[in-house]
Amino acid sequence: MELYEKSAYELSGMLREKKCSAKEIAQSVFDRIDAVEDKTQAYITLTREIAMEQAGAVDEKLAKGEQLHPLAGIPMAVKDNICTKDVLTTCASKMLYNFVPPYDATVMEKLNACGTVMLGKTNLDEFAMGSSCERSYFKKTHNPRNLDYVPGGSSGGSAAAVAAGEAVIALGSDTGGSIRQPASYCGLVGLKPTYGSVSRYGLVAFGSSLDQIGPFARTVKDAAMLYQVLCGRDPRDATSSKRERPDFVAALDGNVKGLRIGIPVEYFGPGVDDVVKKAVFAAVDQLKAAGATVKEVSLPSTDYALSAYYIISSAEASSNLARFDGVKYGYRAPKFDGLIDMYERTRSEGFGDEVKRRIMLGTFVLSSGYYDAYYKRAKLLQHQIADEFAHCFEDCDLLITPTAPGTAFKLGENVDDPLKMYAADICTIGVNIAGLPGLSIPCAYTENNLPIGMQLIGPKFSEDLLLKVGDCFETIYGGFNTVAKI
Amino acid sequence: MAMDYEIVVGLEIHAELNTDTKIFCGCKNVFGAEVNSCCCPICTGMPGSLPSLNEKVVDYAIKMGHALNCTINNVCKQDRKNYFYPDLPKAYQISQFDVPLCEHGYLDIMVDDQGNTKRIGVTRIHIEEDAGKLLHDDRFNGSLCDYNRCGVPLIEIVSEPDIRSSAEAKAYLDGIKATLSYLDISDCKMQEGSIRCDVNVSVMEKGSGKFGTRVEMKNVNSFSAAVRAIDYEAQRQMDVLRKGGTVDQETRRWDDMKGVSIMMRSKEDAQDYRYFPDPDLLTIVVDEEHVKELKDSLPELPGHRMLRYMKEFGLPHFDANLLVENKEKAAFFDEAVQFGCQPKNISNWMLGDVSRILNEKNLTLADTKLTPKKLCEMIALIEKKEISNNAGKTVLEEIIFSDKTADQVVKEKGLAQISDSSFLEGIVKSVLEANPKAVADYKGGKTNVAGFLVGQCMRASKGQGNPAILKELVEKEISKL
Repeated sequence: MELYEKSAYELSGMLREKKCSAKEIAQSVFDRIDAVEDKTQAYITLTREIAMEQAGAVDEKLAKGEQLHPLAGIPMAVKDNICTKDVLTTCASKMLYNFVPPYDATVMEKLNACGTVMLGKTNLDEFAMGSSCERSYFKKTHNPRNLDYVPGGSSGGSAAAVAAGEAVIALGSDTGGSIRQPASYCGLVGLKPTYGSVSRYGLVAFGSSLDQIGPFARTVKDAAMLYQVLCGRDPRDATSSKRERPDFVAALDGNVKGLRIGIPVEYFGPGVDDVVKKAVFAAVDQLKAAGATVKEVSLPSTDYALSAYYIISSAEASSNLARFDGVKYGYRAPKFDGLIDMYERTRSEGFGDEVKRRIMLGTFVLSSGYYDAYYKRAKLLQHQIADEFAHCFEDCDLLITPTAPGTAFKLGENVDDPLKMYAADICTIGVNIAGLPGLSIPCAYTENNLPIGMQLIGPKFSEDLLLKVGDCFETIYGGFNTVAKI
Repeated sequence: MAMDYEIVVGLEIHAELNTDTKIFCGCKNVFGAEVNSCCCPICTGMPGSLPSLNEKVVDYAIKMGHALNCTINNVCKQDRKNYFYPDLPKAYQISQFDVPLCEHGYLDIMVDDQGNTKRIGVTRIHIEEDAGKLLHDDRFNGSLCDYNRCGVPLIEIVSEPDIRSSAEAKAYLDGIKATLSYLDISDCKMQEGSIRCDVNVSVMEKGSGKFGTRVEMKNVNSFSAAVRAIDYEAQRQMDVLRKGGTVDQETRRWDDMKGVSIMMRSKEDAQDYRYFPDPDLLTIVVDEEHVKELKDSLPELPGHRMLRYMKEFGLPHFDANLLVENKEKAAFFDEAVQFGCQPKNISNWMLGDVSRILNEKNLTLADTKLTPKKLCEMIALIEKKEISNNAGKTVLEEIIFSDKTADQVVKEKGLAQISDSSFLEGIVKSVLEANPKAVADYKGGKTNVAGFLVGQCMRASKGQGNPAILKELVEKEISKL
């Protein structure tokens, strides 16, 4: 087994036991990147020099016998909508094709302090708007499990990198499923944390009330290790929670006895593929066999969640993306006649179709005379959906659903049908709307070697429980950690 | 018959708050720094940056709310006002839309010299961030942005359309400015743009009670400009109506140099700001107890102080109004009256020669060495007739910029007033001898030449003669002739 195939937990132990150096680990991953990147197209920017420097610093600390953080020396990919000081941060948009932030996102400051090794910045759907990673200005990422298929999105680059062994762990962001759906499509563990548990400072905003940064990993324990660093109060993000964080790795005790699992019937409707339903039910049965109890529950407003999501997220996006106007940074139209023309040309040329679609939708729903009919009602619906989840958690510890209604689709298959593309998020958006944590873990593979993901949903701030149950299932499953054969 | 019209004015005042740091980041809140030296990724709205509210801003706004008798919405939110302009780097301004921090208040303004007041409603006070500034430089083909002002905290104070003349508008503006100054929450420097106002003007048929179409005027950069703008715009609207036309709802730009308002945009071009609650910021929740603490911390406010000066010290409205104009001046006066001089005398000196000297040198009281005690010692000398009023002026010029007391200056310069009749008699006699014509005129019935003769005596005594005694002596000596 090559170093790049190992889990962060294993590599962390090997570093301490001096079985390998951080530079060797980084080198192994870069060798893998060199071997497969032209097939996966996971990265927009590679930061080889920074990575080797960071790895070298970890090795020096190790040589001096200094205490190392468990993630020190672990090679990590970063979604390209998370600001990295002095490193290009494009959001996969022409609009930011040359944008180099003079600051780090809070999560990057924390990870740099831990000594993680940054490999590069990964591809995404432009400004995180999309479910296939085909909406990037730069490239289309391929699913490493089967290169004809999409890796999911929007964090498809991060998912593909981890699945292909081009990174050990990665950061994604999730507004409507952008971590969990690609995790599901690529056979990974992906966590969308409770809204407010991870600082959004430095995450280029899409839907501010829904966005959360979260981890990708090939094992639950790796995801827990990374999440441990990500979460916590940040005074720079007013919406970040002041809650104490538990030890997520210590919570992985393998015990699900007495766990009360709820199965929301609306998540297993006719829109969900049979193969997916079957796989999720089989996984639930295995948890039952391990001591959990299972009951059906109902989330009656599930059908409306998609509408509420597209109204709220697009409204916020229309405002968040207004700053990209060609005045200060990023793309500016080369020819224009006056200020208004500069704005119009810059934004017409700088944004892709999907982004423009959502800006227009968001602008419309916030317009005077339409606000009450759309945005206000969507916010009311948001409360109702959250209440329905809360009601379920009165007698369930967590809910289990499919992460996506199907497995990954082929590249180009849904690209001309936005509504079909939006439907890929149907199982994940409720969690964002209600501000809950959601964990996607693999539960089966189809004949085409396409992974099927299952989603664990818990009450706010129940990440420790979700990770514990996910870890328990990983043991039952016989380990998730496989790197795609390419 | 020409229709009689009444002017209706509503004012929106923006006041920059003088907190140490900006409203959403840790940048210093200062005026006049080097271009783009007081800004950061947050106040310049860089991608991924987030605002966190400076709670001082909320406290300051609540103080103003209390001072203007508002209801305080201790639970309220902040909203985004979306529009594109290069001085607004996020392309939205964080403001408050439907739930302002303070609302339903009022300010009483003085409408005559008898102390009669009129109540002007304050619709709301909300908090928001300022935008940057565009600089125009002929060396460049275009404009340059200075983002230092981005994120400077503002309160917007919106009045009801209760104002009926430019004089009332001026009184209201002065009152708001004085209140801000008393609360020490704004520098109130018009020339630095720390207070700005938008003026809404309409006219209505007298007595009809039915408001006309309102015109908003921008770019009103001083209170005196507001008066000019209101008078001009009201006249313009009346002229339109008298010619049978209609006033259009529009935004006009006031050009103070030319003294005219110019159409900026019509109602059809009105922007849709697409307000919605800012998802990056939490609901503002201020503890009821804290709201009360802020109320209890308020100083005596200018309106109350002015009435007190009129009642307690018998000052005319004119004096009282000027004395309370700023806190420093009023505090000086309050301290001075404790030294036992006549309040009206203190007022006369403060508003007369002291103000003149300060204005000439562009200083404030704090820049001088004048203390209430020193001023009163000087006034006491005049009241006791130990020096003349004129000598007082000389004394003031000295004590205002030095550590010397009035007594010292009087001694040094020999300014003590001479009341010794035997000494003054000699002067009077020689003056009468030197001015036989005036004496003859006086005797002929032109008694008002006495003033001239007293003046000559004053001159001869180098200003030190007691004028009242001199007058007596002049009359006495002439009658002897």
